[in-house]
Amino acid sequence: MRVAGSLAPGVFLCACSGPQSALDPAGREASEVATLFWGMLAGAALIWLAVIGAAVFAGRVQKEPIGDRAGLRLILWAGAVIPTLVLAALLAYGLRLMPVLRAGEASLRVHVSGEQYWWRVTYERADGTRIESANELRLPAGRPAEIVLDSADVIHSFWIPALAGKLDMIPGRTNRLVLHPERIGTYRGVCAEFCGRSHAYMAFPVVVLPPQEFEAWLAREAAPAEVPATSTTDTGAFLANGCGGCHAVRGTAASGTIGPDLTHLASRLTLGAGMFANTSENRRRFVAEAETLKPGVRMPSFGALAPAELDAIAAYLGSLR
Amino acid sequence: MSESDAARRKREEAELRAVWDIPRGWRYLSNCNNQVVGLWYTGASFFFFLFAGVLALIMRAQLAVPDGTLVSAGTYNQLYTLHGTMMMFLFAVPIFEAVAILILPQMLAARDLPFPRLSAFGFWCFLIGGVFVGGSIFFDAAPDSGWFMYPPLATDTSQTGIGADIWLLGLSFIEVASIAAAVELIVGVLKCRPPGMRINLMPLYCWYVLIVGGMILFAFPPLIAGDILFEMQRLFDWPFFDPARGGDPVLWQHLFWIFGHPEVYIIFLPSIALLAMIVPTFARRPILGYGWIVLAAVGTGFLSFGLWAHHMFTIGLPSLSLGFFSAASEAVAIPTGVQIFVFVATLLAGRVIFSIPMLFATGALAIFVFGGLTGVMVALAPFDWQAHDSYFIVAHLHYTLIGGMFFPLVAGLYYFHPFITGRMLSERLGRWSFWLMFAGFNIAFLPMHITGLRGMPRRVFTYPADHGWDGLNLVSTLGAFTMAAGIGVLLWDVLRPGKPRAPRNPWNAGTLEWVAGDPSEPWGIRSVPPITSRYPLWDQRDLVRDIDEGRFFLPGAPEGRRETLVTGVLDAEPQQVLRVPGNSFKPLIAAVFIGGSFIATTFHWWTAAVISGVLGIAAIMVWLWTGTATIPETPEKDAGMGTRLPLYASGSASVGWWAMFITMVGDGTAFLSLIFAYFYYWTIHGAFPPEGSPTPDNGLLLAGGAAAVAGWGLTLLARRANGAGRPGLLRALIAGAALLALIGGGLLILAPWQAGLDSVAHVYPATVWVILIWTALHLAVGVLMQGYCLAGSLAGRLTREHDIDLRNVVLYGHFAALTVATTLAVLVLAPLAM
Repeated sequence: MRVAGSLAPGVFLCACSGPQSALDPAGREASEVATLFWGMLAGAALIWLAVIGAAVFAGRVQKEPIGDRAGLRLILWAGAVIPTLVLAALLAYGLRLMPVLRAGEASLRVHVSGEQYWWRVTYERADGTRIESANELRLPAGRPAEIVLDSADVIHSFWIPALAGKLDMIPGRTNRLVLHPERIGTYRGVCAEFCGRSHAYMAFPVVVLPPQEFEAWLAREAAPAEVPATSTTDTGAFLANGCGGCHAVRGTAASGTIGPDLTHLASRLTLGAGMFANTSENRRRFVAEAETLKPGVRMPSFGALAPAELDAIAAYLGSLR
Repeated sequence: MSESDAARRKREEAELRAVWDIPRGWRYLSNCNNQVVGLWYTGASFFFFLFAGVLALIMRAQLAVPDGTLVSAGTYNQLYTLHGTMMMFLFAVPIFEAVAILILPQMLAARDLPFPRLSAFGFWCFLIGGVFVGGSIFFDAAPDSGWFMYPPLATDTSQTGIGADIWLLGLSFIEVASIAAAVELIVGVLKCRPPGMRINLMPLYCWYVLIVGGMILFAFPPLIAGDILFEMQRLFDWPFFDPARGGDPVLWQHLFWIFGHPEVYIIFLPSIALLAMIVPTFARRPILGYGWIVLAAVGTGFLSFGLWAHHMFTIGLPSLSLGFFSAASEAVAIPTGVQIFVFVATLLAGRVIFSIPMLFATGALAIFVFGGLTGVMVALAPFDWQAHDSYFIVAHLHYTLIGGMFFPLVAGLYYFHPFITGRMLSERLGRWSFWLMFAGFNIAFLPMHITGLRGMPRRVFTYPADHGWDGLNLVSTLGAFTMAAGIGVLLWDVLRPGKPRAPRNPWNAGTLEWVAGDPSEPWGIRSVPPITSRYPLWDQRDLVRDIDEGRFFLPGAPEGRRETLVTGVLDAEPQQVLRVPGNSFKPLIAAVFIGGSFIATTFHWWTAAVISGVLGIAAIMVWLWTGTATIPETPEKDAGMGTRLPLYASGSASVGWWAMFITMVGDGTAFLSLIFAYFYYWTIHGAFPPEGSPTPDNGLLLAGGAAAVAGWGLTLLARRANGAGRPGLLRALIAGAALLALIGGGLLILAPWQAGLDSVAHVYPATVWVILIWTALHLAVGVLMQGYCLAGSLAGRLTREHDIDLRNVVLYGHFAALTVATTLAVLVLAPLAM
């Protein structure tokens, strides 16, 4: 199994890599499961060849039939005894893996709440302070992180294939998952349980950072928005059009909690929960056409605003670093 | 003086032809003969298969390229929901029942199964419900939250429109039809075998029908219970799945998958059963390991009820549950392996003729074994956490269903086509069809394993470029259209005119269905032979000739009535000549009205729903009154072979009693599912009833229960009075029983009403209401039956000897009394005990 586990990825690397691939692991659970998969695949291939080989041999090649007693022995051994032994061994291996994967203590806790169709992310430090964010997850490499999952509306499922298997976010329940990110890089997570119209547009980038960088980033994320006081980036248009009713920008009058926190929006990699690259053009487009771009989203389209107003809002959003 | 043998045969054939004649013109729709209904059923479910397949092709076209714009998110969600729903509920399960209804009578050498009108009723329900559910997509009103309809998304009426109601009510209606067909098939296998076909001589297909029928009986009711809770939430805002008011969305997942996982095996086993008929024929030897395969099939059936939570590995189950369900899910691979190796061993121990059915059977094996092996992978919780809800699962489930169900079904189509239609399908077209389908299938679904592990979730209407999914998806789409081409070839082969006539028993098979000669003769089998072998056509000399010459049971129909032979459950000793009802429009009319009631409820047309429902029940009453338990003109008749058999049987000797028993087992399972819901809520709440919640008055509940049980006692006394030949006392007692049942049911409803239990406020009152309404409704149905008996007694239909109806009502009474007792134990005793 180990041999297969180390050889096979080399052969299939081109077909299996990617920011969202369970076979290109960057965390402990994902690597264990990828190894398990390659081992099971090798075993499955052997079994498939043996069974289909026997059937094709019997149907097309064999000339003289075997005796009934030999046939019954085949049923007993190949049908019952060998599968029982193989499955028992596999089960023992799998069950041993189970507690190893999901348990563990962590100094960092992140609350992630699924909402149609975005992610409310709250970092909780060891001292209990909470830092609001959204639609992006940053984690320190080599340190376990406890992810606390729940949902505000319907069932979602939290899945970062490169780090670990998925766990559902169910209204009225809280689930816990411990991630062990190991490899520095940027990955992608998605909602895996169908959650409505824009289920396909519910994703988020996952950035695994060196621990010091992570701490520095978290300190920045905790701070209120620092908007350079220029005429093009004031909060006027943003607040005047009611954006602050749903969105919070810490340090300003905008304190809504219905939609994602936007305090450091411009520093995020994507827009609209993993939908678009976070460019100024996309920010403007999303404000203007949210309902068209993301069917079923709660945010109304602001396309009816005067172009200057839209420009002002987009510019303001772009300044929230 | 005695007529010549030739003249006798001619007379008998004319009698049979007249009695079993298939009506023409518009009266064709009044047909109540299982072989005709079976053909309709098969055709309709195959049509739904094609329909759902086209939906899949539209989806594949949408997914061929990233950011596809062929259909919108809303349309795509309807497409994928309807694809799964139709394939599962309108094709995979019904086609089993359809094929079984079609070939079982022949295989059992029975003129007909015992309840042909029930089959017709089931078919019409299926057709009406299927058209209603499938047709919704043309009105942009199809269900759109996935074929397992998870709340709270699917219970939210603002996000999911009428589609969810169409799903719930349309499918509940079809589930009733499925259970009706299961009752017909189980009783058929148990009571309509030819004399001498002891249970261990049955063709394997019959074993599988029995097992799968039993599974339907225990698997569908939990879903019906779930549907009731679900629809109560959608229609009246009862909070079963709303955590804010004490509900829990996970309960639906339990109820759905307690149904949903056995359903996979309900789909898979009947197709294995087809292979179990095909393999011995082409290996030219009896199946090797008959006992092994029967035990393995039974084992699969049992285990399949213990696996449901493996569909829920990602909801955050405790480790102990994960371990248990992982182990059970792995274990089911063992009996499946036994069944596969029974086939392999039979082939190895025979001299195989590699025909088109064998080609499809081998293809089925290749695909199914692969799906089984990925099934072993996903049965392990840690791997499932990655694979779940990704395209890996899409690939896995299609490998198991297409390999385990669709390819064997096509093998069965090529195999059985000759005796059903009298025509041979083309070998050349069969090969084309096979290779197009086999290659297309693998091109479409093999890459999906990788797509899924590279992170693509299922049920997305589009996907971004640059995640490594583009090429894989394009290949899958090409494969899907290749497979569709193969299905097109198959369709052409079946529909094309001018197919050559099939000789009798073209494959030289050993089982009784191949006795069928000219399918244009409507009688099924010319005379019912005594059986001494598992492969009578191989082992019993001159059997076909003697059958044709009418030397066995029921060679004619001198009284001009449709008759079939009823035998004992275990040893198949002849017991009764059963008069089967003939063609009638009543099942069709009943299905239209009952269906109308469900459809009207979907649109909240309450008055129409009530009127339609009442008319439907009335139609069923008229149908029962005119068609069942009729008193024969003579107590017994010559059944042939020097045997005189009674024409009337009641109690456990009658098929009606068995049907009632089986139906009530299913009904009881639905009730227990509601009780399960009650205790489920109890476990998540700690205190149940919750602190401060009003509870129904125990005195009223107990009084209601006492009245209901007293009514049951009077029903028992009524049967005794009838047995003693005292019709006056019978009528008085049965009227008293009905009155007590009404009082009991009324008190059971009064109790929560008087206590002011608000079913919208919290899940506790809602659950109490549901259980009490269920119980009271059962008492009301009992009253209807008691009234039917009373009318029967007054009309002279129910007499001392002819008491089928009364004995069936007594049997129903046992179950109703058990329901009442359980309700009281749960609502009164359980809270006291805590």
